[in-house]
Amino acid sequence: MELKNNVSDASFMPDMSVNIGSVRLDNPVTTASGTFGSGAEYSQFFDLSRLGAVTTKGVANIPWEGNPTPRIAETYGGMLNAVGLQNPGIDLFCKRDIPFLRRFKTKIIVNVCGKSTEDYLSVVERLADEDIDLMEINISCPNVKEGGIAFGQDPKAVEAITAAIKKVAKQPVIMKLSPNVTDITVMAKAAEAAGADAVSLINTLTGMKIDVDRRRFVLANKTGGLSGPAIKPVAVRMVYQAANAVKIPVIGMGGIMNAYDALEFIMAGATAVAVGTANFTDPLASVKVVDGIRDYMIKNNIRSLDEIRGCVR
Amino acid sequence: MSDITKTGAIIVEKTSPATGIISMVLKCPQVAKEAKPGQFINIYCNESSMLLPRPISLCEIDQEEGTVRIVFRIAGKGTGYISHSEKGDSLEIMGPLGNGFDLDKAKDKRALVIGGGIGIPPMLELFKRLNCEKCAVLGYRDEIFLKEEFDKYGRCEVSSEDGMHGTKGNVIDAIKAEGLEADIIFACGPMPMLKGIAAYAGEKGMDAYISLEERMACGIGACLACVCRSKETDHHTNVHNKRICKDGPVFDYREVEL
Repeated sequence: MELKNNVSDASFMPDMSVNIGSVRLDNPVTTASGTFGSGAEYSQFFDLSRLGAVTTKGVANIPWEGNPTPRIAETYGGMLNAVGLQNPGIDLFCKRDIPFLRRFKTKIIVNVCGKSTEDYLSVVERLADEDIDLMEINISCPNVKEGGIAFGQDPKAVEAITAAIKKVAKQPVIMKLSPNVTDITVMAKAAEAAGADAVSLINTLTGMKIDVDRRRFVLANKTGGLSGPAIKPVAVRMVYQAANAVKIPVIGMGGIMNAYDALEFIMAGATAVAVGTANFTDPLASVKVVDGIRDYMIKNNIRSLDEIRGCVR
Repeated sequence: MSDITKTGAIIVEKTSPATGIISMVLKCPQVAKEAKPGQFINIYCNESSMLLPRPISLCEIDQEEGTVRIVFRIAGKGTGYISHSEKGDSLEIMGPLGNGFDLDKAKDKRALVIGGGIGIPPMLELFKRLNCEKCAVLGYRDEIFLKEEFDKYGRCEVSSEDGMHGTKGNVIDAIKAEGLEADIIFACGPMPMLKGIAAYAGEKGMDAYISLEERMACGIGACLACVCRSKETDHHTNVHNKRICKDGPVFDYREVEL
C-alpha cells in the first residue's frame, strides 16, 4: 500500500518554494535570529544558498555591548540565553554583512532591534536603500531592559510600532512576536491590522536557572530566554493559533531540531520555519531540515507545501 | 571549505590520571592535522537533553598517529556523560577551534608555561613544542597529575595549596620561591590565577598570553555567548567585546579586561 505512494521517479522534484509578502523563498527554511550571526561562521560548513533565507542576528542603529557573562546556560532539552542583543550597529552591518550574504543565492532577512520607536525607525530607514529582501522586527527580546519585549506585550504597542515601521519600510516587514503573552492571537492580529506582511513566532520564553551549589543565578542577567526542543510544543500550539487568526504568513520556530519538527510547524499552519538552537548542536542542522522536508515530500508524493500547510484543523 | 572538521572520533585510550580527571586519546586525523597547542574541540553529547557541545582543550596533538589527547575534569552533566564513553567508543567532535598559542612569540626568549588546576593539560603540547629556554609552573589544589609528563620536556616546578607538593601556595608563590626569571608567560587556569599573572607580568614588564574560558554555545564565533571585555573596540564585534571561542581563547593580557 505504502509503496504505491513512494515515488521512484527521480525526476519528481517537489516545489518547496514559499512566499513571504512579495518575496519568494526557494524553500521554507531560514535561521532563527541570533543563532546564526550573519552566516559567515556557518558558511565554513555549507553553501548558504541551500537555505530559503538567512535571518541575521538583530542589528540596532548603534553598536550594542550586550549583557555581562555568563550569557548562556544549558537546561534540560533547552538552553537559556541572555546575550542582550550585542551587535555591531547598522553601519558596519551594511558595509560588511549584507555584501557577504549577497554572494549567496539565498534571501536576506535582517532582524532589527531597538530601544525606542526612533531606534527601530532609523534602522528601517537605513535599510531602505540596502540590497536586502525582508526585515524582521524584534519586539520580543526578553533580555534587554528597554525596548524589545516592551513593544511586544501590548497589542496597542504592537500596532503602533508596526504601523510606524510600515510607513518607512521599503521591504516587506515581519513582526517577531513574543510567547510571553496571554493570547498570541491578539498580538498577531494587531500586527496584521497595522499592515505587517508576516509574523514570526515564537521568540524565547523568559526563564531562570539557579546554581544550587553556589546559591546564585547562573546567568549574570538573572533571567534569559529559553529555547530548544523544550519549548517546541508551546511554539507549535502558538503557531497553530496565530495561523488560524491571521491571513498573513506565519514563520514558525521554537525548538526545531529536524525535518519532522519543521513539518509539525507547517502542518500547524506555518508558511516558513526557522532553525535556531539546533545550529549549536549541529552546524548543518538547518540544511538537514531542508533536505528532510524534501525527502518527506518525495516519499509522500507532495508536490507543493500548500498540500500540507495547516492540514490539521 | 574550512580547517574545522566535524567528525566521529574513536577513543583509542582512556585513563584517569587523578580523582575525577579523565584522559582520552581520540583518533581524528583531520583534526590532528590542523590542530595547534592551546586550541580546543567541541564534544557533542549524543543525548537530546544536552544540546550544547562541551568545549575541551587539547592536551596533546600527534599528527603522525592522527590523534589528539584531551584531559578534563568531570564537572557536570556533560563531562560526566563524556567520561562514560569507553575505549573503542566514538565521540562526535568538531575542531580544531580557537586561535591557540603562538609559539613564535617565544622565539629567543625565556618562557614560563603556567597551568593551574584543570588549566594544566592545555599547556602540555605547548611546553613540548617550545624551542627556547623554558620552565613549567604547575599549580595544584592537592592531588598532582601530568607533572611527570611535563618533566620529560624541561624544568617543571609545582605549587600546591596544601603544601604537600612543591611550594605551598599558588604559582606566583612558586615563581618567587624558585627565583624564576623569564621574558614571556603562557598560562591557562582559573580567573584569580590569571589575574595574578597579569598583575605579575605588568609589574615585571613581561609579555603574557593567557587562555580564557567562558560558557560557550556555538564554538565558532556566531552566537556571541562567550565574550570577554576588550580594552579596545574589537574590529569584528565593533564593541568592547572579543569572542573567546573564535578570537581566543588565547589573548595578550594587555588586550582584555579580566
